[in-house]
Amino acid sequence: MQRQPPVIAIDNLTKTYDGRAGQVVALSNVSLEISPGEFISLIGPSGCGKSTLMRLIGDLTQPSTGSITIKGKTPTRARQDRDYGIVFQAPVLYDWRTVQRNVELPLEIMGQGRSERGRRSAEMLKLVGLSEFDQAYPRQLSGGMQQRVAIARALVFAPSILLMDEPFGALDELTRERMQGELLDIWARTNATVIFVTHSIPEAVFLSDRVVVMSPRPGRIEAIIPIDLPRPRDTLTREDPHFFALATEVRERLRHS
Amino acid sequence: MSDDLILQGHDAPVISRRVQPMLRDSRIFAVIVLIVVIIVLWEGAKLLFHLPDRKLPHIGSILGEFASRTQGGSGPFWGVLMLNNAAATLGEALTGFILGGILGCLLAVVFTASPLLERGLLPYVVGSQLVPILAVAPMVVIGMGHLGAPDWLSKAIIAAYLTFFPVTIGMSRGLRAVPRDALPLMRSYAASGLQIFWKLRLPASLPYLFTALKISATASIIGSIIGELPVGAARGIGVVVVNAAQYYNSRPQNLWAAVLVASLLGLCFYGAVVLAERLIVGPQAQA
Amino acid sequence: MAIAQANLKHMSPAARGRAFAWRWGPALATLLLVLVLWEAGVRFFHIAIYLLPPPSLIAARLLERGTFLLGIGLYTFEEALFGFIIGCTLGAVVAVLSVRWRWIAHGLLPFAVASNAVPIIALAPLVGIWFGSTTQVSKIVIVAIMTFFPTLLNTHRGLLSPAPEALELMHSYAATSTQSFLKLRVPAALPFLFNALKISATLSIIGAIVSEFFGGPLKALGVYITSQAGIGHYAEAWAAIVVACGLGIAFYLVIVVAERLVMPWQTAHEG
Repeated sequence: MQRQPPVIAIDNLTKTYDGRAGQVVALSNVSLEISPGEFISLIGPSGCGKSTLMRLIGDLTQPSTGSITIKGKTPTRARQDRDYGIVFQAPVLYDWRTVQRNVELPLEIMGQGRSERGRRSAEMLKLVGLSEFDQAYPRQLSGGMQQRVAIARALVFAPSILLMDEPFGALDELTRERMQGELLDIWARTNATVIFVTHSIPEAVFLSDRVVVMSPRPGRIEAIIPIDLPRPRDTLTREDPHFFALATEVRERLRHS
Repeated sequence: MSDDLILQGHDAPVISRRVQPMLRDSRIFAVIVLIVVIIVLWEGAKLLFHLPDRKLPHIGSILGEFASRTQGGSGPFWGVLMLNNAAATLGEALTGFILGGILGCLLAVVFTASPLLERGLLPYVVGSQLVPILAVAPMVVIGMGHLGAPDWLSKAIIAAYLTFFPVTIGMSRGLRAVPRDALPLMRSYAASGLQIFWKLRLPASLPYLFTALKISATASIIGSIIGELPVGAARGIGVVVVNAAQYYNSRPQNLWAAVLVASLLGLCFYGAVVLAERLIVGPQAQA
Repeated sequence: MAIAQANLKHMSPAARGRAFAWRWGPALATLLLVLVLWEAGVRFFHIAIYLLPPPSLIAARLLERGTFLLGIGLYTFEEALFGFIIGCTLGAVVAVLSVRWRWIAHGLLPFAVASNAVPIIALAPLVGIWFGSTTQVSKIVIVAIMTFFPTLLNTHRGLLSPAPEALELMHSYAATSTQSFLKLRVPAALPFLFNALKISATLSIIGAIVSEFFGGPLKALGVYITSQAGIGHYAEAWAAIVVACGLGIAFYLVIVVAERLVMPWQTAHEG
């Protein structure tokens, strides 16, 4: 269905590091191509290297061998061009800044003027439904609201790639499902490519265009499962028999990994 | 004020976690380098700025002071005399440290057992710290002297006063620092109050207790030294320091040696508490 | 307390007064009760004045010699304040440098940790020889040394406190190291710095008084306390201690107010 040039091309990537008991292979011979605007989930048990893969893409760590190309550039170049928005499991908001100024932080660092920052942050807070909380401090918000601020902050400078490392991992199940729906709405209004790391099978299936199933020791790609559920997806999608079939398929691949 | 002192103490394990890995690898090497650097800077400054012995004696003459005799060559060695006086100070500090420590632990246990008593008494415990005991020290010493109490008692009281507060606060916090849901778990075993105390609360409180004891160790030495300052005190490293300061012009190296002993006394007492912590709590407390 | 404060804005003046009374009333009542019991106890049990003078006598001395006591109090407070400013400023600056250049941390932190164990006050006679035992300078130096190390340790810890993710976020924005430092490390260190300033405020007053025990002019609080206690004027000495307490509490409260003003986010969330 997609045959545009890939926005992210990962070729034969290996990452090793020195652990206590000698060398640990975190990732072994990983190759993957991701198209512009695609929503990709990385799923697998602990130690399968899914977070490492995300961090390698985001230039937060360096590969041992192999290469990553982002829009024809190195990850470092892409980072300097501000191609990445990152959301971690913890919101990592700055306590001393109001919600609005947290969202403006990346723009401030990129040297944007005050009025432009105000306009962009207001737009983003509207997008995540927190307009009336712009002057609140992070600690006055609930966990789900804090994570929405983190998403707004990641998107405020319109990065082409959104890297999310278990962003809803700390939320309760109901909040989590609501946030998944909101994330899809937000994503639909941007052109961002999303790399989404998760432990949750329903989450991966509900959100993604493709689910990358990974296995540990050494970390590698076990299977890539296309999710052909129609979009826009909503609560009814979760009750669709085809949704269950896909979830079962992911589960099977995880079990055999 | 006191609450922040404790806050600092409470966070202390964090310091050791952050600082120690950085220090540990090269610690012995760093200490040797530091000592060499100090000697070079010291003697270098003396040479470069022509500092007379009156301002900065040679390191050698300070160390040599320990091996010279008192009373113009007929008395005991200065080293022995200073050690004896340091031992007297340590005795006062230790007595107060133990008394204050026991009082602090008892108060903390009472507070944990009875929140009602805690609400009633804690404000007084905190309020007691509004009196800067070090500033009151001369009055304590003179007052106790009038009463005919033994010389060491007033110093021990000052040291105890300085010890009990950190211990009370640290220990109360520690006795409550049980892992989440551990109390309901113990109750589900139908554990008695005593069993909960011995098997859960006490072990959980030890790291906090030792953090408080480390603060108290230095404080009790300082308290004893300050208690030795008023005229009339007979023994203690504080007395040696004051006397040495009076005869500074004739024997400058003597004051430097006395101050060195006082500093080492503090370091040794603190070190002993750290050692006890390692032995009793084990390395996991630092992790 | 935080709740009461957060709600203050939405209260009528009368309700605000009631909230204030509720907050501070018990403490004031306790203070009065303690003073009454103290006075009654001293009189009833005929406690010798050298152990504890009655509060009425101390208050009388305070009123008689108020101006003089305040004068010597301010003389000593000057030493504490200048020592505090020098010690805390140096501590914070060195902490910044030691985060920038690790070898400074390697060289200095062992001393900072050891300084917790050394009775710094015993250095007073030596400092007196270098800077003059009757001058204010020698006391300022002692106070500066006493406040330098806690400020260094706390600020250093604060500057290193941001989570790895927070630094990675800055990295992902391609922030310069100056930007990461000013926008992340410095604000993250503020609560730690203020904690150090609060400790140092109390420490500086005590340090100034106690270093005066080793010698100084008669117009200094520490010298006055020892000399009056030495000649049997216990109520005078206690009156001087009351002045010392007042100065210490006032200095501490100034730092607390500054903390609230500089870090509004610290109290905002407690409402």
